[in-house]
Amino acid sequence: MTLALMLEQLLNGVQFGLMLFLMSAGLTLVFGVMGLINLAHGSLYMIGAFLCAAVAAATGNFWLGLIAGIAAAAAAGALIEIVVIRRLYARDHLDQVLATFALILILSEGVRMIFGPFPLYLNVPDVLRGTVRLGVVDYSLYRLALIGFGLAVALGLWALITKTRLGIRIRAGESDREMIAALGVNIRALYTIVFALGAALAGLAGALVGAIQSVQVGMGEPVLILAFVVIVIGGIGSIKGAMVGALLVGVIDTMGRFLLPRVFATFLDASQAMGVGAALASMLIYLLMALVLIFRPKGLFPAHG
Amino acid sequence: MNGFKTAALAALAAGTFTMAKADQISVGMITTLSGGGAGLGVDVRDGFQLALDMAEADNIRLVVEDDAQRPELAVQIAERMIQSERVDILTGIIWSNLAMAVVPSAVAQDILYLSPNAGPSALAGANCHPNYFNVAWQNDMLHEGAGAYANELGYENAFIMAPNYPAGTDALNGFKRYFEGELAGELFTQVGQTDYAAEIAQIRASGADSIFIFLPGGMGISFMRQYEQSGLDLPIVSAAFTFSQDILPAVGSAALGVFNASQWSPDLDNDANAAFVSAFREAYGRIPSLYASQGFDTANLILSAAAKADVSDRDAFRAALREADFASVRGDFAWAANQHPIQKVYIREVVEVDGEITNRIVGVAFEEHRDVHGENCPM
Repeated sequence: MTLALMLEQLLNGVQFGLMLFLMSAGLTLVFGVMGLINLAHGSLYMIGAFLCAAVAAATGNFWLGLIAGIAAAAAAGALIEIVVIRRLYARDHLDQVLATFALILILSEGVRMIFGPFPLYLNVPDVLRGTVRLGVVDYSLYRLALIGFGLAVALGLWALITKTRLGIRIRAGESDREMIAALGVNIRALYTIVFALGAALAGLAGALVGAIQSVQVGMGEPVLILAFVVIVIGGIGSIKGAMVGALLVGVIDTMGRFLLPRVFATFLDASQAMGVGAALASMLIYLLMALVLIFRPKGLFPAHG
Repeated sequence: MNGFKTAALAALAAGTFTMAKADQISVGMITTLSGGGAGLGVDVRDGFQLALDMAEADNIRLVVEDDAQRPELAVQIAERMIQSERVDILTGIIWSNLAMAVVPSAVAQDILYLSPNAGPSALAGANCHPNYFNVAWQNDMLHEGAGAYANELGYENAFIMAPNYPAGTDALNGFKRYFEGELAGELFTQVGQTDYAAEIAQIRASGADSIFIFLPGGMGISFMRQYEQSGLDLPIVSAAFTFSQDILPAVGSAALGVFNASQWSPDLDNDANAAFVSAFREAYGRIPSLYASQGFDTANLILSAAAKADVSDRDAFRAALREADFASVRGDFAWAANQHPIQKVYIREVVEVDGEITNRIVGVAFEEHRDVHGENCPM
């Protein structure tokens, strides 16, 4: 095992973690501000990927597709908030889970009716093709760009929340919903904006990842499960927690898949080690989540103290 | 309300009459129509339906349900189809782990199961059953073809990879059974995995001279997309599943030139296949995949048996199925003793024809191939 391989795997872990961050940031923001559990977040990821693929195929330009994907996810998010979600804030979490689960089914079936059951073609833009030399590693330029995108969005989100008026309102909404409504802030509009922002982040993640994965109906659900793991580890409602949780999950999952079979190979025969290692690697992040829940039941960075 | 009641009664009566018709066969199709494996199930269903339409068959009642690639759901659907739909024949399952969950209990209840895809080794060997027919292949078969062809291509150090489920194990075992070179590495991935960065890095570090993969459906798209961007350029050899028509349009040019083993190809030259491919394109507007061809053959096998025997007489119907008196789109079709096909395994290459990415036959891996597990089958 060489240094180059370790380094490449570490980069892979960070890249995976940053994409998870884009997903979990929206999820945790919506929970923190509105107290809403949104299972349909994965469907917004799917909408971003499908619109990006469709527009990129029609225009031949990935970047137009990317913008269309983000815009479509944000628009779908705003529409869903106004039509469905708005009625659920006062209800308990079980009602929210039920309604947003229904949204998953409706959106998946809707996308299938429009685009058909077969996966769509979406390729990375020409300027980001190929590899780039990073010291000892040849790394995929597109994956490196994904790391850049992820960091830029994290920075932008940080600036938005700490430096702008909207950010002040979001933070106020997180700590005391009734009070900021009483102070005359238009809480309905704020909720719609926050929900659309979360949806746009999911759409961005879907479009970016869609270029190196399969753009297919139901692509959002596996990511959604991971995003929930991330926000439970990080502390539900905390953006900082989502960042740390996402990087932890990304790196531990990637390193586990890579290292565990090797560890077992030191005392088991090769194909047995591969089976046991692969099985255990797929459980690793859930073990991590269980550990965090035992020692820090509210996550690593609890949002409300 | 009265009107509704009458209509309901009429519908019920109509239903009873059709069910009561002596030569009516009820076929329950459990297949994957949503999620990452949807393309496979849709093709099996469409191929099956096309065969019924082309034969203008009115003696088959087809009930289709989506298993969402979940074993526990497939078991529930099978129970419901057997108990309330009173099906005679079950078919349609794509994934081997679902087949393992459904088939043994269905065939034990005297339901015929005709597999249009999954062929786990367990059901071909010691657990073979007179009510279980596999119309496609035993899982290992095409991977064995890939292993044999890898020798012919002169590969000596292959990195092999498959998802961690029964068909993945069968795939790696099948490849290893015939491949004579060394293994640079061997990996199990997760079923439905979407990111292969960690695996690609290990392939790069392994010093392999070639790659064998079994990644059906969306998994194959994700892997090929990422492999193309990784800067690695090792040749890939595979079985038809990972380079089938259901995913080729989404993979695009990254798949060009890959050799894959298959019992069928859209350019296979026989009358039944020519009619099938053109009718499928006409009906659905796309090139049929391997899975569509298997669904088509399954339906035609049922129709051929239905012309000779009544399905309520299971012994006679099984005997009629064993005659395999139908024109398979793969050409000659014969059963081994364990009721899995003995067949020719071709080598196909992914090519671009008139702007469409598809497969073309370039060679033959085995002339008359049968699976090794049949030895353990008591039939």
